[in-house]
Amino acid sequence: MDMEQKFTSKTWPESPEKTTLEGKNKFLGFWLFLGGETVLFASLFATYLALKDRVPDNSHALAQDMFELPLVFIMTMLLLTSSLTSVYAMYHMKNYNFKKMQTWLLITVGLGLAFLGFEIYEFNHYVHAFDHTFTSSAFGSGFYTLVGFHGAHVVIGLGWFILLLIRNSRRGLNLYNAPKFFVASLYWHFIDVVWVFIFTVVYLMGMVG
Amino acid sequence: MSTVVQKKGFFPVLWDYLTTVDHKKIAILYLISGGFFFLVGGLEAMVIRIQLAVPDSNFVSAGLYNEILTMHGTTMIFLAAMPLLFAFMNAVVPLQIGARDVAFPFLNSLGFWLFFFGGIFLNLSWFLGGAPDAGWTSYASLSLASEGHGIDFYVLGLQISGAGTLIAGINFLVTIINMRAPGMTYMRMPLFTWSTFVASALILFAFPPLTVGLFLMLFDRMFGANFFDHTMGGNTIIWEHLFWIFGHPEVYILILPAFGIFSEIFATFSRKRLFGYSAMVFATVLIGFLGFMVWVHHMFTVGLGPTANAIFAVATMAIAVPTGVKIFNWMLTMWGGSIKFTTPMLYAVAFIPSFVAGGVTGVMLAVAAADYQYHDTYFVVAHFHYVIIGGVVLGLLAGTHFYWPKMFGTMLNETLGKVTFWLFLIGFHLTFFIQHFLGLMGMPRRIWKYLPNQGLEVGNAISTVGAFFMAAGVLVLIYNIIITQVRNERVGNDPWGDGRTLEWAIASPPPFYNFKQLPLVRGLDPYWIEKMEGNDRMTPAEPIGDIHMPNNSFIPFVMSLGLFIAAFGAMYQVDWRASDGAEYGWAIPVLVIGMLITIGSMAVRSLKDDHGYHVHKEDLEKDDEEGGRL
Ligand code: HEM
Ligand SMILES: [Cu+2]
Repeated sequence: MDMEQKFTSKTWPESPEKTTLEGKNKFLGFWLFLGGETVLFASLFATYLALKDRVPDNSHALAQDMFELPLVFIMTMLLLTSSLTSVYAMYHMKNYNFKKMQTWLLITVGLGLAFLGFEIYEFNHYVHAFDHTFTSSAFGSGFYTLVGFHGAHVVIGLGWFILLLIRNSRRGLNLYNAPKFFVASLYWHFIDVVWVFIFTVVYLMGMVG
Repeated sequence: MSTVVQKKGFFPVLWDYLTTVDHKKIAILYLISGGFFFLVGGLEAMVIRIQLAVPDSNFVSAGLYNEILTMHGTTMIFLAAMPLLFAFMNAVVPLQIGARDVAFPFLNSLGFWLFFFGGIFLNLSWFLGGAPDAGWTSYASLSLASEGHGIDFYVLGLQISGAGTLIAGINFLVTIINMRAPGMTYMRMPLFTWSTFVASALILFAFPPLTVGLFLMLFDRMFGANFFDHTMGGNTIIWEHLFWIFGHPEVYILILPAFGIFSEIFATFSRKRLFGYSAMVFATVLIGFLGFMVWVHHMFTVGLGPTANAIFAVATMAIAVPTGVKIFNWMLTMWGGSIKFTTPMLYAVAFIPSFVAGGVTGVMLAVAAADYQYHDTYFVVAHFHYVIIGGVVLGLLAGTHFYWPKMFGTMLNETLGKVTFWLFLIGFHLTFFIQHFLGLMGMPRRIWKYLPNQGLEVGNAISTVGAFFMAAGVLVLIYNIIITQVRNERVGNDPWGDGRTLEWAIASPPPFYNFKQLPLVRGLDPYWIEKMEGNDRMTPAEPIGDIHMPNNSFIPFVMSLGLFIAAFGAMYQVDWRASDGAEYGWAIPVLVIGMLITIGSMAVRSLKDDHGYHVHKEDLEKDDEEGGRL
């Protein structure tokens, strides 16, 4: 099959991400990879919970002292919305509407960047207002590792979207790049789901003590 | 069609292997490097046994002994046993399911090179200030106190090679799910394919906890974090949990493929369909599930309390049930069969009592209260060597003899094979049987020396003699391999004469595209079915057509090399910071350059389209007329 073959919205298959064998493999392999990532984050969550509020002495700030709802609520909304916009992008991908897919992906990237900005502000705030650093206590190590791993995933997800957008900016959709866009958006959803857990386990449960 | 031309000469062949994405060549790479690390680990084992041969010995110093012991375990598990199993999985599984390649040929190559560079990195510790010395389990309370860079080599080396293993696991899962030939339903898959499938699923879910554990250790040792430092609120038990949540599934990652190899061998040389096929499949899957629910049996003495210990003790004992099912099925496969005692079959037959002995001591150890007595003694050493050597290593040696003709097109000498077998089997039992009793008499494991007149002399002396027998067996095997390859007598499709599964229906070694036409699978043991109906080849499921093949690539090598370089930077930036920037100024730049190489090659891979190429129908037909040169 010619991978560069041009389509029209009529001839474009229903599930372009799974039409070729390569696409099918990529789709399944990526789901499995996300299964492994789930275990990875589960291990990080378990570590965080074991070390939550574990500090060398009581001069150190605890979860209850630091976390504030408004900030993390905004971050949650940003990321949830970006998940929705990436769904729109995939909707247009399936309808062979490249322009609209690009637009929605750009919006997704914008929201992701905004989230990242807030996260950098947040970390900076904890370091300066509370002396809560990566090395100050086991609590600090656990917190920055869990939330930082998530943040690193956001960075990778954004880099991935941007790279795909640049590479394909002028050639439109085909059966070679459709699976790539699709798995990138799967990754983005996964990041969003992890954040929902962070929001609950780290922040909400942290604020109640 | 330059790709169809055979490459000759040293450098073209070298380049071919550095860039190959062909599962059969990657299998050979795994076999060679896994074999190399097996010899290194074996040498370390010999030093251990020589040191312990007599009481109060000073053959090696205490510190060096700890390093050798640690490197022996780590090398054997991560760099020898697993890669050797991957060698056979790569060589055989795509053929057994009737596929032209794995699902992700590029990632297959990447997985290999990550493992390779991780292993080299770990072993370079010998030349760069000392090897890790906190045991293969590297418990945090020990390893955080270890000076020098030994533990850093362990952490970074395993992190790199672990990434390769995870990739290989995903690759096999997708290959087996998506790439089966027409008619190859799940319940027609050969047992080796099934066990590869389950082992790959275990890899997928067991390696991430190790990855996290290694990251935490890396952050603690290299970036000032406090996960395991209790004075800062940390908790050293976290490492033990993460390690064993990985570690117990890991032992099943090793044994299940070995079970698979034995299942193939039992059926082949009993010339009988495997007894209780569906029970075998079910038992394999069940072992896979249960494997995740027993890790605390390694931590009975930590003090998690009687409730936790009791639950995990019962769960552990439960694994003996599906394992027993398999043992009985193998024996009933032989029952009434017309058995041929080839070298692989000898290994298979010897495996049963050896492995059962290890299983019995396993159930003894699973009795939590009794484990307080056994734990950290030579009894445990005897247990895991009975299951790992009596199971995994016998499986690997059996597989080497059994699949050698399929991988290389030559047949290992049977007489020498049997000499290896007897030397190795006798040596194995001589070495480890007595260790049960040494353990019960109170000899602690990982001990550097023992004093005279404590009743430990005879047992240890016998054990060392046994080790020399095993070494002799391995030397005979190496000799066998060399003369076989020098004589280079080519064999046909089915050199054992009793092949049952698809890999025996095509040439040895197979052409690079494996199947000219995908075979039609009509039942379990498809090739056997065809032979019983008087056919000498598989019924094709498609007309001859163009075959799509992936391009070779140098990127996996470069990507892995980048991480290898970056690891040095990550390690020595600790000294750079310790010296307040006075020394090791190159550390951070090296870290950055290494990461840039890796990320850059990922970007190249992502930006450059790679559509592969086609082997044309005409070339295939012409090749048929010329007698199958391709
Ligand atoms: C019937 C099945 C099995 C049972 C009930 C069992 C049980 C156990 C128990 C309770 C221990 C901990 C002993 C202690 O440290 O005090 C142990 C250790 C060990 N087992 Fe098994 N086991 C079984 C099969 C296997 C298999 C199939 C393998 C590998 C192929 C294996 C490899 C190991 C290893 C490597 C250790 C030692 C780990 C270390 O501390 O370094 N076991 N086993
Ligand atoms: Cu275990």
